[in-house]
Amino acid sequence: MAEENQSISYYINHHLTNWKVGDGFWAIHADSLIVAFLLGALFCWIFWMASRKATEGVPGGLQNFVEMSVEAIEGMVKDTFPHKNPMVAPLALTIFCWVFLMNLMDLVPIDLAPDTMHALGWDYFKILPTVNMNITFGLSLSVLGLIIIYSIMYKGTKGYLHELFFHPFNHWSLSWFNFALNIVETLAKPLSLSLRLFGNLYAAELIFILIATLTLGYGLFEVFTSLGGIFLLVGQVILATIWAIFHILVIPLQAFIFMMLSLVYLSMAAENH
Amino acid sequence: MEINATLLGQMIAFAIFVWFTMKFVWPPVSQAMRSRQEKIAEGLSAAERGRKDLEQAESDKAELLKEARQKANEILDQANKRANQLIDEARDTARKEGERQLVQAQAQIEQELNQAKQELREQVVTLAITGASKVLEREVDAKAHNDLLNDLAKQL
Repeated sequence: MAEENQSISYYINHHLTNWKVGDGFWAIHADSLIVAFLLGALFCWIFWMASRKATEGVPGGLQNFVEMSVEAIEGMVKDTFPHKNPMVAPLALTIFCWVFLMNLMDLVPIDLAPDTMHALGWDYFKILPTVNMNITFGLSLSVLGLIIIYSIMYKGTKGYLHELFFHPFNHWSLSWFNFALNIVETLAKPLSLSLRLFGNLYAAELIFILIATLTLGYGLFEVFTSLGGIFLLVGQVILATIWAIFHILVIPLQAFIFMMLSLVYLSMAAENH
Repeated sequence: MEINATLLGQMIAFAIFVWFTMKFVWPPVSQAMRSRQEKIAEGLSAAERGRKDLEQAESDKAELLKEARQKANEILDQANKRANQLIDEARDTARKEGERQLVQAQAQIEQELNQAKQELREQVVTLAITGASKVLEREVDAKAHNDLLNDLAKQL
């Protein structure tokens, strides 16, 4: 029994460990970064292909899809962002599509990537990039940078500093209290953005792994010959299916939330009080 | 979960992808969409224009038709009037001609009657003379009794 528990915890740990290159801070999780980059490149390539052939005539299937996304994003940006800015809409499109694609890796059968890479000689390979806090924080800290840049751009340095010190309580004696409050508020934004995405996907992945451990102790032969094995296998298939179907909803939802909140934060930054 | 350089890599990748989308994806797509929108608007306004033109043409047509009908009626009226006039004139002429011919005929008849009477008279005179001569078995001196005979003839 102890041995089995050990193998289960080993299995879970193995699935949650990144392929790491280097040591200390300058180490990178190569698997997350490579998959994220490939997916981003895939998004760019698809949209670029469509945009290169974009005509004002009757649009084809791919162009239709791309235009639909562009139009939807444009509408949302128009509704939330108060100024005209050439970057906000493409940013939102990139965030949504990229996060969506990265989340989509959640639906790849959980043993497929690690086992394939193991067979090819890698020890660890986690295919889902959004279960890496570096990835989600990379996105949300970029958004934080843009929040600060937009605040300065639309309010001016003076205006931004004034807001930091004199908002929400417009009195000089409370200026440092205001500042502390605003710093916390500003820092809470990327934190909540990235932890929300990370948490959702991490929990999802963990539950996929736990469902997968149901038949872990059985060999291929045992699963099909013993009554318990068949029972567990059927249960596993049903549970995994339900969970995966549920995630068809969660995956775009999390991508959408990330995009929408980024838009809202940016429009708040650009808004004059 | 440790934070490491993956974060920086992700940020760089993010910047690259956003830049790429902003530079190469967004403008052509939204440009194509905008120009298509314009084209559709143009087409719709052209259709609207065409519809208006058609309406105008239709009302023009109705007006022209009305005018033409009016003119035709006028012409018809005029023609009718003229025809009536002509008929009246012809009738007048015919009547006059008839009267003239009647008068002429009457005159001729009178004349012929007179002539016939004259001839008859003369014949009667001749006949009378002949008869008288036969009766008297001698020649009546025509000259001597001419006046007498003429008086007689006139009385006939």
